[in-house]
Amino acid sequence: MLKFTEEHEWLKIDGGVATIGITEHAAGQLGDLVFVELPEVGATFSKGDSAATVESVKAASDVYCPLDGEIVEVNQAVVDDPALVNSDPQGKAWFFKLKLADPGSADALLDEAAYKELVS
Amino acid sequence: MESISRLKHTPLHALHLSLGARMVPFAGYEMPVQYPEGVLKEHLHTRAAAGLFDVSHMGQIAIRPRSGRVADAALALERLVPVDVLGLAEGRQRYALFTNDEGGILDDLMIANRGDHLFLIVNAACKAADFEHLQRGLGDSCLVTMLNDRALVALQGPRAEAVLGELWADIASMRFMDVAEADLHDVACIISRSGYTGEDGFEISIPVASAVDVTQRLLEHPDVLPVGLGARDSLRLEAGLCLYGNDIDTGTTPVEAALEWAIQKSRRAGGKRAGGFPGADRILAELANGTSRRRVGLKPDGRAPVRGGAKLFADADGTVAAGSVTSGGFGPSVDGPIAMGYVDAAYAGNGTKLFAEVRGKYLPVTVSALPFVKQTYKR
Repeated sequence: MLKFTEEHEWLKIDGGVATIGITEHAAGQLGDLVFVELPEVGATFSKGDSAATVESVKAASDVYCPLDGEIVEVNQAVVDDPALVNSDPQGKAWFFKLKLADPGSADALLDEAAYKELVS
Repeated sequence: MESISRLKHTPLHALHLSLGARMVPFAGYEMPVQYPEGVLKEHLHTRAAAGLFDVSHMGQIAIRPRSGRVADAALALERLVPVDVLGLAEGRQRYALFTNDEGGILDDLMIANRGDHLFLIVNAACKAADFEHLQRGLGDSCLVTMLNDRALVALQGPRAEAVLGELWADIASMRFMDVAEADLHDVACIISRSGYTGEDGFEISIPVASAVDVTQRLLEHPDVLPVGLGARDSLRLEAGLCLYGNDIDTGTTPVEAALEWAIQKSRRAGGKRAGGFPGADRILAELANGTSRRRVGLKPDGRAPVRGGAKLFADADGTVAAGSVTSGGFGPSVDGPIAMGYVDAAYAGNGTKLFAEVRGKYLPVTVSALPFVKQTYKR
């Protein structure tokens, strides 16, 4: 199940765990990324907390945690090569996996059609 | 946030849109921050070939002496800048600073001697104030004119000479900071061999009516790529050049800003025309005795960029304040983060280890010599 936030994160939800990244639209708006800072495995976040940071040549931007949960895995590949976020934002360049505190909470997020309408 | 509808446009605005530029508000103008190639490619292309920048938002000002003698205009202007203007030969240009009575910097600018008048390039955000400052400061001795009928583009990079050489053979005889008049595609342009990227390059002042045509033709050259404000900022930061409003302002003096090279011997204590500019007492004293803080280059040890506004500390716990960052980001040619800022004089030596506060962490940075890239000016 693919879900989206108005803050331009995408979530691929499998069981109670969401794989989270930033959308193609967001990656395009940010421009060339040169630095990504990810959270630590085991950290817990509430919905809306800043969980990661992405930096372009010009500016730093927050990546918000879309739901309450605990970080169970992070993607070192985007730290090693931030440009991956520009080339494959909704594929290889996922940021972290979040074990959802309440799997049902994902229902309230946008589906793909609603997100596309938001950024069109 | 400036309202987009009240933003001014340069004569090249429609051209930027047709090239797919992303436009942003900057100094009262709607300006291209980047084109579809993106900041990284635009930056690296400028260092490898040639980048074309629209800098028409900057102010172009002519100062004409009522006496007809350009020396009179030079002496009048020396009342406002701590710079040797009288000694500026015809066809030459020099970096200068408007100072205030406290020794702070009102703006930084270029002054060219055009034979019968002086030709100034000033920053967009300051140009209205600079114009009034000049009118007030020069009094009746000179006629000061804002040249709103000219656009300004910068062609920067190692291929810039070859590109312009196809239009005007004499370009190769120009040295860094020469200024000359030449026809490009039958349009009378004023060309200076200068820029703000650390690269060899040219700034070209073009009559507004022909600005789009000349710019478009320059862009047709396979070596030339349009470059926006994003890469202009990373290029000038790598070159160790100050951005007015970030790295220098009314609260910083030329000596604090490590710009004393812009103050020639003739205007210093013991010189032929020592002092006589606003803030001279303080600036001459600082030249003799130094300052309590200095602008320095900073290289973060890790990969995380350290941005303008970050606080600097002498210790990793953030208890001993050492200064602050005024510009910082990622240097594509350096392939890593770079920054500059002001530190207490005790910490200004190259190699000094400091710590920058970024998102609650204290990241190690090293005070480093400027520029971060080798300048390639054709002196």
